[in-house]
Amino acid sequence: MQDIKTYLSPRGIDEAVRAMAAGDVTVFCGGTDLSPQVESGARQYTATLMNIRRVEGMSGIAEAGNLVRIGALTTVTEIRRDPLVARVASILAEAAEHFASDQIRNAASLGGNICNASPAGDMINPLLVLDAEVELARWQDGAVATRRVAMADFFLAPRQTAKRDGELLTAVFFARPATNFVACFRKSGPRPALEISTVSVGIGGRLDNGVFRDVRVAMGSVAPTPLRARHVEAALEGKRLDADGILAAVAAAKTDAKPIDDVRASAWYREHLVQVFTEEVLNHVLGN
Amino acid sequence: MSLATEIKFTLNGRPVAVRVPVTMKTLTMLRDLLGLTGTKYACGEGECGACTVKVDGKTLNSCLMHAVDCDGREVVTIEGLKTPEGMNPMQRAFVDHGAVQCGFCMPGMIMQADYLVGENPNLTREDAQRGLEGNLCRCTGYTKVLDAVGSVVEQKCCGRC
Ligand SMILES: Cc1cc2nc3c(=O)[nH]c(=O)nc-3n(C[C@H](O)[C@H](O)[C@H](O)COP(=O)(O)OP(=O)(O)OC[C@H]3O[C@@H](n4cnc5c(N)ncnc54)[C@H](O)[C@@H]3O)c2cc1C
Ligand code: FES
Ligand code: FES
Repeated sequence: MQDIKTYLSPRGIDEAVRAMAAGDVTVFCGGTDLSPQVESGARQYTATLMNIRRVEGMSGIAEAGNLVRIGALTTVTEIRRDPLVARVASILAEAAEHFASDQIRNAASLGGNICNASPAGDMINPLLVLDAEVELARWQDGAVATRRVAMADFFLAPRQTAKRDGELLTAVFFARPATNFVACFRKSGPRPALEISTVSVGIGGRLDNGVFRDVRVAMGSVAPTPLRARHVEAALEGKRLDADGILAAVAAAKTDAKPIDDVRASAWYREHLVQVFTEEVLNHVLGN
Repeated sequence: MSLATEIKFTLNGRPVAVRVPVTMKTLTMLRDLLGLTGTKYACGEGECGACTVKVDGKTLNSCLMHAVDCDGREVVTIEGLKTPEGMNPMQRAFVDHGAVQCGFCMPGMIMQADYLVGENPNLTREDAQRGLEGNLCRCTGYTKVLDAVGSVVEQKCCGRC
């Protein structure tokens, strides 16, 4: 292990990104991903260890015009209990409900879940369905500069994201969904709690007199990165959400999912499950 | 030698100042530096809840939390639950219901159960079951644990809360 030379606990985004600009910084928040990764040797700390828990302006859930902003430090427990989330983006609360255990949810941050970039990240799936964007901050020309990247373009390869060295994820934004927006999430594992998703499926869209529009479908753990399932989306877009529509979507799910065999499940089982879930979630969407 | 830093926080109601290596976990700090061995090490990976402590009113796994992150915060361990009269109601209920066998999971189990009832005075048996999902016990089978938690909820509902 490399010697840690500096420990920082910045209070402001400016202070944090300024330190990150110097390079070689390991950011930690709840530590629920990082701690086991370092313990197992999968990852190592770098010269500077930075605790971002106390950075101001990076917590909480609020409306900003037509947008909903969730700070990167917001915990999964806060998302699970938030009245605004429950009202306008219940799919996010649904995913929080099936996330780890109470103790992990109390520590786990939204930003950590996204930056860890696991194909099984359970906050990622509903955010893809909500067509969210992440805000990334960096230090440039003596000031904080920010850019936004759509979640759909953020995950590049296993554990690799569009976030560059020196960038801090500060918040997530999504447009407040229309009143006829309906969405559901389903994840599987052999038990309800403390389960890393074997497969997850999230589907949302506007239900306009039985016709499904602006459809977004997200799949977890069936490809090297979290995925927008474009074939399923195309099969559903502008169609009636009836038995035939659902059948077409289920067939398309096989084209989008590129699962592998791993310790949690075989590729065959995942391919089967993703179809079962696509059907179940769509039936659920109809029921709502 | 790993870099160390001084932190100050409140531990079971008392202020403490301690120098900790920046990579040390809260659990190691509690047990090895501060001598509070009530909080247990079992899996070390966030799976079992034996290391559950309360930080700023929320329970979490101290085996995952960096000790430096305790700085300025309020930490409560199983040692901090006792009242001047002795055991707190949750500890008492676990004893009265025989909810304990080997006892290794119990500090974490009781911390979490106490937190759940504090958060929701009308906790149902199902709520308790869900809330204790992060606490694994290899001995008891959970039935008496849930009975114990339920009895504390009932006490609270008969006007003594
Ligand atoms: C027992 C157990 C069960 C779990 N169950 C689930 C589950 O059901 N579903 C699920 O999705 N996950 C689960 N996880 C994984 C984990 O809890 C989550 O991914 C969590 O949200 C990570 O957040 P954190 O704050 O702990 O991140 P940390 O561990 O502190 O950080 C994670 C990574 O993100 C980086 N990072 C963190 N915040 C930022 C930021 N703002 N900007 C830039 N980089 C940042 C860190 O450098 C690190 O690489 C589980 C973990 C454990 C130990
Ligand atoms: S020792 Fe911390 S959860 Fe098991
Ligand atoms: S009483 Fe033995 S592990 Fe729970």
